[in-house]
Amino acid sequence: MKVLVPVKRVIDPNVRPRVKADGSGVDLANIKMAMNPFCEIAVEEAVRMKEKGVVTEIVLVSIGPAQAQETIRIGLAMGGDRGILVQTDVAVEPLAVAKILAKIVEAEQPGLVITGKQAIDDDANQTGQMLAALLGWPQGAFASAVAVEGDKLKVTREVDGGLQTVSLNLPAVVTTDLRLNEPRFASLPNIMKAKKKPIDTKSPADYGVDVTPRLSVVKVAEPKKREAGEKVADVDTLIAKLKSAGAI
Amino acid sequence: MAVLVFAEHSNAALNDVTAKTVAAAQAFGGDIDVLVAGHNAGAAAQAAAKLAGVRKVIHVEGEAFSHALAEAVEALVVPMMSGYDAFFAPATTTGKNVAPRIAAKLDVMQVSEITKVIDTSTFERPIYAGNAIMTVKSADAKKVVTVRGTAFKAVEATGSASVETATAPAGPFKSAFVSEEIAKSDRPELAGAKRVVSGGRALASAEQFNQYILPLADKLGAGVGASRAAVDAGYAPNDYQVGQTGKVVAPELYVAIGISGAIQHLAGMKDSKIIVAINKDEEAPIFQIADYGLVGDLFKIVPELTSKL
Repeated sequence: MKVLVPVKRVIDPNVRPRVKADGSGVDLANIKMAMNPFCEIAVEEAVRMKEKGVVTEIVLVSIGPAQAQETIRIGLAMGGDRGILVQTDVAVEPLAVAKILAKIVEAEQPGLVITGKQAIDDDANQTGQMLAALLGWPQGAFASAVAVEGDKLKVTREVDGGLQTVSLNLPAVVTTDLRLNEPRFASLPNIMKAKKKPIDTKSPADYGVDVTPRLSVVKVAEPKKREAGEKVADVDTLIAKLKSAGAI
Repeated sequence: MAVLVFAEHSNAALNDVTAKTVAAAQAFGGDIDVLVAGHNAGAAAQAAAKLAGVRKVIHVEGEAFSHALAEAVEALVVPMMSGYDAFFAPATTTGKNVAPRIAAKLDVMQVSEITKVIDTSTFERPIYAGNAIMTVKSADAKKVVTVRGTAFKAVEATGSASVETATAPAGPFKSAFVSEEIAKSDRPELAGAKRVVSGGRALASAEQFNQYILPLADKLGAGVGASRAAVDAGYAPNDYQVGQTGKVVAPELYVAIGISGAIQHLAGMKDSKIIVAINKDEEAPIFQIADYGLVGDLFKIVPELTSKL
């Protein structure tokens, strides 16, 4: 089975984002970028399925600027086989991403698509579900365990009250939650090998998808700051303070 | 103008987040209908009919809806949307699972986890794990929105809307429910609890998490939460996680125990009314947002606090 894994280039999760002074967005100039952590989990899951012999080929897709090629290279170093870069400087929204991915799925015919459940920049949590809808495929969103059983995929999902397990007809879309796996670090030899793996460069127009945003940003602001309170000396003082504040 | 609100429920009861989603729909404006799709969900439909400001409840019965499978909900809702200008769902794991499918089929770019309605096309929502608040305007004719429950005050149960029944779409669907492990507890549900006691990595084991956090929670009548570090380390189950990628809570009282206060945790609890932090590291970021901080050994402080309350 072939697996398609979309990967997104986002701000490094260890960097604290700063809102631009003019309120137009978050300042990404000279900021360290990385693969979205949920996408790393998606790549790792595909690689583990390949190591188990369930998967034969892993195709990575990134939709973004020229530098998104670096993000694909990281995934290739982790164990991906080849990449497709759909190059654009537009900040492509989940709906348009899903439309491009649907066209790539038509061309590549994978049996499974694994996406991250959300990107840590726009926190939309939409792309995988949208792709499944456009393809008419079932979905296993927020997966913490995935297993192929014949022509079905068993997915355990992290839901508000605990865990839910569903059985999906293949082909299907899975979106990854935090506890699906722990992504590996790419070794130096694998990083070197990844440089020779092929990456096709395309544009959204090649897939006939209009990436004009539907949402326009009115402004981006810092969240309301919460003032630090006071340190209390002991438990008795804490209880007295909470009582006078009416909290207990 | 009319809004279809997707109800979150357990068939037997309506989840409080539904009343908060109705509140967001009221801020949007227009007639509000609530869709209760479930299996033996008559009680939930009756509860939805009591929500203030609701025009009618549409009750749909079907086995595929007993666990709100996304494929079945999409098949149900998409044809219904010809009569509505907006679809509002709570930003729960159920709402987040189904809403984007509906948006994609309607060719609408969804607006996720709104915290404020400014007008019928403009909304506020947190991005970058709550490090920035974006105001965004949608150019789509119909709106598909998920609602962060903690940002809206639930409407009262003072209404008396009619309940209509509608037919479930014919299956089969491409997914099937297999099983679930839902933790049973007498404690208040984390997302809606008035008080929350959360434990972090400093608890150091699942045994100590249970031994120190649970008695305090029970004394306070509080829901139990955990930091991502504590969940990843296996000290607490995943559905306890408070934070940007877990649950977002805003109780009257939030007690953070042995939690340093990573950005992604703060994003999940910083709108709590009163925050208490107990941590041995006086430089821990949690103290920068806590109303009352107590520096010291949690293994001494927490039992003392529990016994003195």
